[in-house]
Amino acid sequence: MRRALTLPAPLAQIPWIMLIPLTALVLFGAAVLHSAAGGSMSPYATSHLVRFGVFLVMALAISYVPRELVLSGAYPAYGAVLLLLVAVEALGAVSGGSQRWLDLGFIRLQPSELMKPTIVLVLASFFHTIPIGMISSWRALGPPLVLIALPMALVLTQPDLGTALAIGFGGVVLLFLAGIPLRWFVGGGVVAMIAALLAYFFALHDYQRNRVTVFLDPESDPLGTGYHITQSKIAIGSGGIIGKGFGEGSQSHLDYLPEPHTDFVFATMAEEWGLIGGLFVLLVFGIVLRWGLEVARAAPDRFSRLLAGGMTATIFFYVAINLMMVMGLAPVVGIPLPFMSHGGSSMMTNMICLGTLMMIDRWTRNSGSAQL
Amino acid sequence: MEKAISSHGLKQTFDRRTFVIGAVQGGVGLLLAARMGYIAVAENEKYRMEAESNRVNLTLIPPRRGWILDRNGSPLASNRADFRVDIIPERVGDLGGTVRTLSELLRFSPAEQQDLHDRLEGAAGFSAVPVAENIDFEAFAAVSVRLPELPGVMPQRGYSRYYPTGPAVGHLIGYVGAASREEYELEPIPLLVTPGFRMGKDGLEQQFEQRLRGEPGARRVEVTASGRVVRDLEMRDDVQGNPIRLTIDGPLQDYAARRLGLESGSVVVMDCLTGDLMCMASMPSFDPNSFSDGIGRVEYQMLSENERVPLRNKVLKGLYPPGSTVKPMVSMSFLHGGLDPEETVFCGGGLQVGNRRFGCWNRRGHGTVNMAKGIYQSCDVYFYHFAQRLGMDVIAPMARRCGMGQTFPLPVNSQFFGTVPDPAWKLEKYGEPWAAFDTVNATIGQGYMLANPLQLAVMATRLATGQKVMPRLLLDGQAPRFDPMGFPAEHVQLVRQAMSDVVNGPGTAGRARLPIEGIQMAGKTGTAQVVGLNISNGKSGPWRHRDHGLFIFFAPFDNPRYAGAVVIEHGGGSGAAYPVARDVMTFLFDPQKGLDALHAMERQWGGTAQERLAADYARYATAAGVDVPPPPDPVTLARQVDAEARAAAPEPAAAVAGAVTPREDAEPLPSTDAPR
Repeated sequence: MRRALTLPAPLAQIPWIMLIPLTALVLFGAAVLHSAAGGSMSPYATSHLVRFGVFLVMALAISYVPRELVLSGAYPAYGAVLLLLVAVEALGAVSGGSQRWLDLGFIRLQPSELMKPTIVLVLASFFHTIPIGMISSWRALGPPLVLIALPMALVLTQPDLGTALAIGFGGVVLLFLAGIPLRWFVGGGVVAMIAALLAYFFALHDYQRNRVTVFLDPESDPLGTGYHITQSKIAIGSGGIIGKGFGEGSQSHLDYLPEPHTDFVFATMAEEWGLIGGLFVLLVFGIVLRWGLEVARAAPDRFSRLLAGGMTATIFFYVAINLMMVMGLAPVVGIPLPFMSHGGSSMMTNMICLGTLMMIDRWTRNSGSAQL
Repeated sequence: MEKAISSHGLKQTFDRRTFVIGAVQGGVGLLLAARMGYIAVAENEKYRMEAESNRVNLTLIPPRRGWILDRNGSPLASNRADFRVDIIPERVGDLGGTVRTLSELLRFSPAEQQDLHDRLEGAAGFSAVPVAENIDFEAFAAVSVRLPELPGVMPQRGYSRYYPTGPAVGHLIGYVGAASREEYELEPIPLLVTPGFRMGKDGLEQQFEQRLRGEPGARRVEVTASGRVVRDLEMRDDVQGNPIRLTIDGPLQDYAARRLGLESGSVVVMDCLTGDLMCMASMPSFDPNSFSDGIGRVEYQMLSENERVPLRNKVLKGLYPPGSTVKPMVSMSFLHGGLDPEETVFCGGGLQVGNRRFGCWNRRGHGTVNMAKGIYQSCDVYFYHFAQRLGMDVIAPMARRCGMGQTFPLPVNSQFFGTVPDPAWKLEKYGEPWAAFDTVNATIGQGYMLANPLQLAVMATRLATGQKVMPRLLLDGQAPRFDPMGFPAEHVQLVRQAMSDVVNGPGTAGRARLPIEGIQMAGKTGTAQVVGLNISNGKSGPWRHRDHGLFIFFAPFDNPRYAGAVVIEHGGGSGAAYPVARDVMTFLFDPQKGLDALHAMERQWGGTAQERLAADYARYATAAGVDVPPPPDPVTLARQVDAEARAAAPEPAAAVAGAVTPREDAEPLPSTDAPR
């Protein structure tokens, strides 16, 4: 109530508790990208900040969308993104190579990125519409599995294992939150393990299989795929507690670190800012994710609860997989770090997730004030 | 109501499961923080070092090699500032244009230009590709001036080994070359695989490798992952290796090598007072200058095809029957055994022992022969006769005391022992008892007896001085003291006088007289037969069948200062050897007079040894084209040369079954018309 007194109403409704640390993180990310570009704002840092600005506006716009519009738009949005995925496939087939993006002029749009929030939205909408008593029956499980499997299959053929897993993870978390009985998850886990083994031997591309093998034993290929993990660990480890200093990271500046501005931006950061920088990044993500879960808990109805929980899980998946990857705890799957890695699509996805969370936060306040 | 409870239940489930998810997220966060703390704090040291070894590249700068000096301090091996041009392919913009410009500036042939182009296209990015080494300053300057239009081209200064007298010191000093795999395995230090580093491969260069090598300089640079140099961090200059100073007299060594001319042979000269080896020439030889970039295939082919074995150091590894050069030593053993030097024997051209007749080289006979005449006329019968009386057990120990069958403590890669036969040796080697004809053969330096030129020179020195002179190669500023041989003065006097008469009196080598007033040289001729009379007369016919010519000498005869030995392989007799000894000694006492004689001869031969070698090489290379197999690596090469040397001077495979008929000695072919 004090905030409402000191700030005008539209500003008071913005969740500053999340947004201020997040902005700090993005600024920090820009500093790291500045260093990764060899001490220059271009080509990474400037566009990183511009994108954040643009997508922040977009997120604020999203937060004003009314609940009914979201509910009614869920299935059409899912259908549209699915069509885009098919279109990318078709384009790829026409141009004779694999393709993941559509060039819209100002941005290279990856439909698979859009699918991550969309799958959460459509599943939340689905569980909102089915009768509550049906939740423990197979009919509550079948349609969502189809909804998850279709985009996953399309993305896998691109091939993009990382994004496919992200879509699957978002979907499964939503099923979990929706209250699907635990036995399905246990059974599903067993099936998934078998499927993973089968996939490893029959479905994965050689380079993907190689990444898994090398992840299990990085020393087996110190100059090939294992090189990425090894160099990333060297960058993080050599940073120590306080780091080598801004612009002093030899691993990134001398090209030892692969992708120092995208997938391995955390290693670039850790080399120059050390453990302190790393804890700061973890702390900000902790704040953002905790805020997301609180929004989910406080949400007024089932649809918004599921939507908020799923969006939080999607952001979490990005952060967790990326950080585990750069620290050698997960295979190299090519997932960027939200709000720090340079790249428009991932920034857009994550800001859509945030915008959605802010939207639900607003619904909560509005319904709360209406009830009061 | 039912629905409300159910909805409420779902909300509870949601809250529980959200809590689970939150807990999982927090757990993962803690895990990540712990993992990062472990990497960055606990393993910080390890990763810091790995990052540093990523970042910093240590480039070694090959040290300048220590000089090898002669006894007067002149360099026999030095370092020549060397200009070279390298290219870093990654930095080259227009490859074709760069190659064309460089080829023009460095005057490449079309084949070399094509070769360079191919090498650059096949090269991987950042490592330097050598374009040309040993270029002259004009070409270096021309390239340096054009650098702005030649990105990626790096003119560099280095040092390469330089041997001013080339082939004259080839066998003595050896040569340098890049380290082989075997050498690196033996001494696995980074310097050995540094581009431009050369190590000693043979001779003194190899013996004194550690002393000559020096300390490498170093350049620490920061490099990118792909190897590109970002900046220099630190630079340390190299420390030149220590010099070594030899007893060799550089000009004398060069003179002797050149004086050997077209022959295959060796000259050893020693200082009688100190044992200093002043000259150890062995020809034909190779030019060590052309070996420092590795032996070219054409060059190796040419050298290995030559039947005169230019890759063998004949001073140490040439073994020859010493022939009549052993007679002064045998006489000394007779004196030691109590023989009266005035006791005579009648030589009628041969000697009947039992039912055998042993011939003297002079079929007409020498008449009445005492010891002095036996030496200066080289009468075989005199030695046959008294050797029968005194026996091999008197002769063999004296031969060993004079240095035959011995090796000496010298810094050389190998020296051959040769053979001093005696009854015990023959029994062990062939399982046969010593026979009368074995003694007969041994007294005239044939049969089983084998020696190398160094041993012959040591023998001459010890006979001349009566001191147990030891040869040495390193000048250490100390005058060595030698034990006396235990020869009574009058014995030494007698042998000296008889050997002087060989040259200056009624002896076999009148033409060996020194053309210098007041200095008389003493000596002893020797003609060693290689094949039996039934195959060749030893003077003409195939080169390999001709007799070896030998000569041992010292001067001045009455107060010996220098002594030595000359061996001419298949020279047709001693007449090929003593003119060489005469000219070498003349040069030692009167350099101008010696040089005049040499220059006259070199005009006939077609230049100095170095010039002739270069001309031979050019001729051979033209004839052979490029269709020549590559040379073996240096280690194999060294082994091969040893093997060749052993095969070329074998002890007889089976026991010698009779006496050698000595060759005529007095009328040898003049060395200058020996056919090539």
